Amino acid sequence: MRDVKGIIVGLLASVMLTAAVPARAETLRLLTWGDYAPEAVIKKFKDATGIDVEVTISNNEDMISKLRATGGAGFDLAQPSQDRILGPQTDFGIYKPMDLSKITAGLFIPELLDAAKKNTAIDGKVYGVAHLWGTSGLVVDRKKAPDIKSFLDLCKSEYKGRVSMRLKRPALLGMAFALGEDPFAAYGDKAKYQAIIDKAGAALAACKANVKAYWSGSDDLLNMIRSGEVVAAEAWDSTGFKLNAENPDINFVAPAAGALGWIDTFALPAKGKNDDAAYKWINFVMQPEIAAMIVDSAGSFSASKGSDQFVSPKLRAAFQQAFPPEVIAQIKWFPAVPAGLEEMEGKVLDKVAAGN
Amino acid sequence: MNAPLNPAASGASAPREEGAAARRLSFILVFAPFALWIALVILVPQLNLFFLSLREKVGPQVYVLGPRNYTELFGESVYVLTLVRTVVMSLLATFATLIIGFPIAYYIAKIARGRARTLLFMSCLLPFWVSELVRVFGWMLILRETGLLSRLLQGLGLVDGPVELLYNDVAVMVGLIYTSMLFMVVPLVSTLDSLDDALVEAGYDLGGNGLVVLWEIVIPHAKPGIVAGAIIVFMLNLGNYLTPTLLGGKNSQWFTAQIYSQFITRFNWESGSAFGFVLLVTSSLIVWLALRASGQTLSGTIGKG
Repeated sequence: MRDVKGIIVGLLASVMLTAAVPARAETLRLLTWGDYAPEAVIKKFKDATGIDVEVTISNNEDMISKLRATGGAGFDLAQPSQDRILGPQTDFGIYKPMDLSKITAGLFIPELLDAAKKNTAIDGKVYGVAHLWGTSGLVVDRKKAPDIKSFLDLCKSEYKGRVSMRLKRPALLGMAFALGEDPFAAYGDKAKYQAIIDKAGAALAACKANVKAYWSGSDDLLNMIRSGEVVAAEAWDSTGFKLNAENPDINFVAPAAGALGWIDTFALPAKGKNDDAAYKWINFVMQPEIAAMIVDSAGSFSASKGSDQFVSPKLRAAFQQAFPPEVIAQIKWFPAVPAGLEEMEGKVLDKVAAGN
Repeated sequence: MNAPLNPAASGASAPREEGAAARRLSFILVFAPFALWIALVILVPQLNLFFLSLREKVGPQVYVLGPRNYTELFGESVYVLTLVRTVVMSLLATFATLIIGFPIAYYIAKIARGRARTLLFMSCLLPFWVSELVRVFGWMLILRETGLLSRLLQGLGLVDGPVELLYNDVAVMVGLIYTSMLFMVVPLVSTLDSLDDALVEAGYDLGGNGLVVLWEIVIPHAKPGIVAGAIIVFMLNLGNYLTPTLLGGKNSQWFTAQIYSQFITRFNWESGSAFGFVLLVTSSLIVWLALRASGQTLSGTIGKG
């Protein structure tokens, strides 16, 4: 009997121990994009702070859906694009304001930090700080399609069945700019905006014969370009840089009307439980050496000051080729999307998808 | 005062009541998981969905009750056409599955014997040991422009350049038939199995040829299996998301993809719920019509199958 008692006591003790351990170890639940939190960085963060990072890979729409479903619970830190904070925050209230005093401002490139602050402010409160930035434009195999310089060139008859796009807002807005419109200036005027996106939607529908298949994840696109099935596509610059490392003929090409620039931010979900860990993570990954590790894995550029010195030379060369200073100056930065616009765009895109 | 007067009766009835109570308790215990399942996993979410679908958004975080989500769906020809297209293609795929599945089932049930029978049945089952995603990727590797079939055709000299066989409606059909074949074959085998061979022989003895025997004897007997298989396959096709999305081309919109995009990329849960409800009602209606037309009942087909 004494043995049995001993065993029970031992079991109870071990159960209590195992139950106590996870409660003591802190975790940061991070909702982010693929490659934004490389394993090596997570390990360094754990070594430095003792905090475990649980990563959930997502994208802009999925982040909003996930946080909307729980009213902003389940994650401690999210990384939506700066233009996708204002609308969802007004509609669903899924974020909480940031305490900027907890962020080391000196680590950031001031222009990017200010731009993100301005674009994510509601009633004087800031909801996002800048992390990585990049653009959306064209990825072109310049040997097979040397003359593609604009969205309209994707629709040239000689590239029938040889191009791809992602049927989302960057394609629609890119087409609008290529047609000489300025959709960003019409964000405040719904009637005018509807006219512009209707026109761009019609152009996309007319271009449909040229599209081999619309891509949805960057892996789809990588496969189609690597195999040579697609020679030019509407895509993110990071996809172009990734392919450039494998085949120097392929690279990102900023469209003549200007590449569309986005900044991904750090934002605090409304019911996040570990804000301290979130601020620690932000300050940790914005250190130049760490930021460069993330840049190398994501292929997008960091708002961390001085990080470009530590980026791999191959990526830097691809970037410099695609983005000479005059192209950077021409980037059209996505302004915050007012609530309601995305529903209008959605309908136009549905029509393009369903039409023949 | 009454109780001691009739000790025998009270003594006899008490255990009987106890037995009934125990039976009732065991019934409740056995029934509870089922009832909980139906209520929590099916009824509550559906009701929630229905309620959501009747919410109209009038401003940020402000909603009123109303049918606008439905009127918008039916007012936009794009969505109605997608629904019709999805239904028609699902019906076609179901019919094709039946045409291909029937001979297979007949062979397994009536002609193959012993080990060959097990082997054939297993080969129908085997593809289902891997996930649907892997199976669909397999088809993508075969059908794509730089894929197996295109290379084979070029190697045989049948075509000059690479041919694209992926991203069209035929590829979607192939994928749907492949995905749902088993669900047609299993109910067919089980009904054909119960067909007495003597009836088929009698049919021939009475002067019927193969076609007449098939039409007059085999098919009427297999009808519950056919209807059961067709209903399952039709529902699977209609609700399939993966196959049409991956194999389908730029014009192959499937209704489930519309629901997904309403919920996930537009965060428009209200209209997504309306879409979901319309799909539910449409599929129920078609199944009901098919049962009426074939003179079967749901319990007589699915129950048997």
